[in-house]
Amino acid sequence: MRDVEVALATPQRLPVGPIGRRGIGLWGVGTLIATEAALFSYLLFCYYYTGATASSGWVLEAHPPLKLAGPNTVILLLSSVFAWIGERGVLDLRRNKALFGFAMAFLLGAVFTLIQFFEWHAKPFQLGTSSYASLYFVTTGFHIAHVLIGLLVLAALFAWTALDYFSPRRRLTVSAGVIYWHFVDIVWLFVFTTYYITPLLGFGT
Amino acid sequence: MSATPLSYLDSAGARADTILPLTWFTIAVSVIVCVVIAILLWIAVARGTSSHDVDIRRVPVDRSGNGLRWINIGLAISAVPLLVTLVWTMVALAHAAGPPSNPALTIDVTPHQWWWGVRYNGKQPSDIFDTANEIHIPTGVPVLVRLHGADVIHSFWVPKLTGKTDAIPGQINLSWMQATAPGRYSGECTEYCGAQHAHMGLEVVAESPADFEHWRAGQLEAAPAATSASLQHGQQVVEYRCGLCHQVRGTRAGAQSGPDLTHLMSRRTLAAGVLPNNAGTVAAWIQTAQELKPGTLMPDQFLTSQELLDVQAYLETLK
Amino acid sequence: MRAVDFRTPTVGLDSVEHEARLLRLWEGDSGLKGFFGTVDHKRIGIRYIVTAFAFLALGGIEALVMRWQLARPNNTFLTPDQYNQLFSTHGMTMIFLYAGPILSGFSNYVWPLLIGSRDMAFPRMNALSYWVYLAAGIFLYVGFLTGNGPNDGWFNYVPYASRDYNPGLNEDFYALGMVFLGISTTVGAANFVVTAFRTRAPGMSINRLPIMVWGTLTASVANLLVIPAVSLAFLLLWLDRQYGTHFFDTNAGGQPLLWQHLFWIFGHPWVYAIVLPAMGMVSDGLPVFCRRPLVGYSLVALATVATMIFGFGVWVHHMFATGLPTLGLSFFSGASIAIVFPSAVAVFAWLATIWLGRPVITTAFMFFSSMIILFVIGGVSGFMTASVPVDWQLTDTYFVVAHLHYVLIGINVFPVLGATYFWFPKMTGRMLDERLGRWNFWLTFIGFNLAFLPMHLTGLLGMPRRVYTYNSDMGWDTLNLITTIGSFVLALGILLFVVNVLKSLRAGAPATANPWDAPTLEWSVPSPPPPYNFAVIPTVASRHPLWESRLKEDTVVSSLDRGLLLDEGKETVGTTALDAAPDMILEMPEDTVAPLLLAAGLAIVFIGLLLKIWSVVIIGGLITGLAILSWMWPRRELREREATHA
Repeated sequence: MRDVEVALATPQRLPVGPIGRRGIGLWGVGTLIATEAALFSYLLFCYYYTGATASSGWVLEAHPPLKLAGPNTVILLLSSVFAWIGERGVLDLRRNKALFGFAMAFLLGAVFTLIQFFEWHAKPFQLGTSSYASLYFVTTGFHIAHVLIGLLVLAALFAWTALDYFSPRRRLTVSAGVIYWHFVDIVWLFVFTTYYITPLLGFGT
Repeated sequence: MSATPLSYLDSAGARADTILPLTWFTIAVSVIVCVVIAILLWIAVARGTSSHDVDIRRVPVDRSGNGLRWINIGLAISAVPLLVTLVWTMVALAHAAGPPSNPALTIDVTPHQWWWGVRYNGKQPSDIFDTANEIHIPTGVPVLVRLHGADVIHSFWVPKLTGKTDAIPGQINLSWMQATAPGRYSGECTEYCGAQHAHMGLEVVAESPADFEHWRAGQLEAAPAATSASLQHGQQVVEYRCGLCHQVRGTRAGAQSGPDLTHLMSRRTLAAGVLPNNAGTVAAWIQTAQELKPGTLMPDQFLTSQELLDVQAYLETLK
Repeated sequence: MRAVDFRTPTVGLDSVEHEARLLRLWEGDSGLKGFFGTVDHKRIGIRYIVTAFAFLALGGIEALVMRWQLARPNNTFLTPDQYNQLFSTHGMTMIFLYAGPILSGFSNYVWPLLIGSRDMAFPRMNALSYWVYLAAGIFLYVGFLTGNGPNDGWFNYVPYASRDYNPGLNEDFYALGMVFLGISTTVGAANFVVTAFRTRAPGMSINRLPIMVWGTLTASVANLLVIPAVSLAFLLLWLDRQYGTHFFDTNAGGQPLLWQHLFWIFGHPWVYAIVLPAMGMVSDGLPVFCRRPLVGYSLVALATVATMIFGFGVWVHHMFATGLPTLGLSFFSGASIAIVFPSAVAVFAWLATIWLGRPVITTAFMFFSSMIILFVIGGVSGFMTASVPVDWQLTDTYFVVAHLHYVLIGINVFPVLGATYFWFPKMTGRMLDERLGRWNFWLTFIGFNLAFLPMHLTGLLGMPRRVYTYNSDMGWDTLNLITTIGSFVLALGILLFVVNVLKSLRAGAPATANPWDAPTLEWSVPSPPPPYNFAVIPTVASRHPLWESRLKEDTVVSSLDRGLLLDEGKETVGTTALDAAPDMILEMPEDTVAPLLLAAGLAIVFIGLLLKIWSVVIIGGLITGLAILSWMWPRRELREREATHA
């Protein structure tokens, strides 16, 4: 006989279901963001690879106009700030603040989308003009698709907050949705840099 | 021709020669590794007892022996051939990659679905000529092959002389070969390219520099004039029918979407290796190409028998 | 009443009342509702396995038809077009619809049992990934059966796949089907990652994970990162074909090689994704029959991860003949040669395990151990293709066909058949017939090697792959005939496997909880396991909880019959990512048809896209949206929202 000790987990006081940001749902969002980030990396890879192997003059606009895209970037970043305010509202138990945050985030996101449509319209090329044009529209199109999904998420958060579903403890859904929205905004910075800034630095022109 | 014309276990030219010893080395390493592992595995397993004879639940469990030693020794031994291969690969790559800086001859090869367009360059426009599916090269000198993509991706491969290089639209890839001795060396398209990928052969004919120059001079000539009424009729049909896609230099047949026919009968095979080339097969090919090579871009012609006879006779003069 | 936010879970022993309570909680709906709504990982796992085997059979029949055509030179049994669709569909089926999903199936079934959990982290996503897999598989096969199967090989190079050269619907079916299937793989991968990190039994720290979990976890992380590449590639192809974009069109600045990069950035890691979990099966299965723990556990686990890390950096070895600069070729060649090392670790670990153990020869053991030599053969032929100059000769000949079949059949099918013999008793409560099993093994093994070993020589003698026929003066006739005979023997072996499964399902010897006296947690529960898997959540103290009393390696032992009861709801325990310390009580969802509805909505979307009927796309989109909304709607019972309004 040897002396053995039985390892037995006897945990004290465990959260039941997700509490705050603690919950496997957040891991789920993490995997979603990882795979989405990979997707956008490949889209940008397409741009850099095609541009690097194409003959000069591949980028159709050597100086992409920033008149719309510049302010639009600021608008999208602002909407992220408001989404954060909305989340704070849930945390502070201030429902009106939360609703205001989500509403403003939604509104700015919608404005971003609208301006993006104008931006597309103002381009001197179309989807089928060249590989550059195809990449521009499909990459920004992918981003807008994500913005639209994000808007639906924000709308759902607004509605559920209005129904008073959440508390500082039970609010993983809120955090997950807001993180997703931040992700959509951050991705835009990469798309924007790629399509609006790199030509200014001489890429593909 | 050898019994295995596409085998790359023997070689007949500088570029393939560089690769062959490395190929044999890796084959040898691979076979030895497989045999050694198989023996070790067999001995290990043979010590076992069949579950028919013993209840597994009665066989004791313990952790015996130093297994990590196996991994350490195994890795140490594996490292040797791997390192040799790595170094040898880099050396062989440097030798085989090329292309030679001073090629004696530059040939532009444009693979199509499913045949090979071949253009010989010269200093003046009058030195340039086209042929198809058969590439003649002089022995003993490096020949540069520029590969152009025309439709889909194909791959240029003449195993006894050179490994594969793809022809891709939008870029010009370089391959090169240098035959040691005169001979006919088979090649194939090795990138899947559609219905008749299976029938896209080419042949490299290496000959002495003198023979090569002789051949070249012959190829530069235009088609001979038709000397009889039936040949003239044959030429007419060729110009109006075949001329929609093919070129016969010196006549009004001037299109280039199919193989150049100016010296059709100087080539050994027809339709990229599908048929031997003679008057009979030419006639069969003209009338029933779709049956002989289903999907080929060459349509069946439905010539009358008189037309066919005259065309056949005329084409026979294109030597 | 306010729901409880925190609770100290009761620890105790199993009892009849306790099990009855758990059964009520976990049983799930019966009848059709239960069939379509189940979220039980065991039922989903078995569905995955059965569906994947069905696709294996289809792909196998396609192979036999092709081998019949190639049995003799200049055969006219098939037209070129039929042959080309067959070889492309065969590749698509085996690689995407069999090899990946079969491993997902086994992992789905076995994982929670292996790691001491009552289900996967996201049971509804599990159901979703299965339904989408099924729907995408049907979608792709509708294309094939209507004469619109893929016809450009499984890697589908442009420009041949573009509309100019391929005007039919073939490539549209393939492109959209692959994007669709990618959703299933991604969802499944996300689920595996979170399951592995967050739902292990207390005490099962990361260094106690079974190797199969390491394998699937590694594969899943890779899938998350590389599936988008192939989905994107296929989407861009579809846009090029249908909406006049120019991603791959050189006439407008596009780049055909972009396709190859995107495809192989995905393709090579995918090859590891469909072998690493299977290698894990061998690493976990062999030791059971060798009566000793696996040699070099830590090295094998590290090698698994290392293989994948290398695997991200070797995709260009599929493109050695595309005219890339020599410097780049050297790098990828070196990386491809170096990847041999982690593979060698596994081989020597397995060999040492058999050598130092007391092998008991069962059918499962025969499949597992024979896999070692098949793995080595597939490995060394891969090592040969890693050398650029050699590859310039080898590539696109039958040598590569032989290589990839040794990899896929040797390292995927053989372990999977072994795993079936191994876990069938657990899944069904009945043993597979061992006598039939021996026949099954030998026919499969001999047939496979007869078919594919001579094929290396066919390749060295220069036979290009993907040719629908060949001339008799090339020196390939006899070799091809042997391969055809071998393939039919192999098919006979697989047929015996099916016979054995069907026979044993009805009349196999009843299985005890642990018929092999195996060391891991799944063997501590009845065969088949109850819906809740574990009546009490075990606490794990080693890698071999069921062998501790005999190995006597530690003074601390696992606790299997005493543990967390968790019977106040449909609950399991969430643990921390590395140490597996109890972290929270997870509320598990009830049966729901939302995943099925979501998959159906997506199927309608893809049908609409294929036919370019926007109203259908919109209807499908609405169904999808509603399914997501109902799924995501915060639920009280899952504690996603407050129980009462303030």
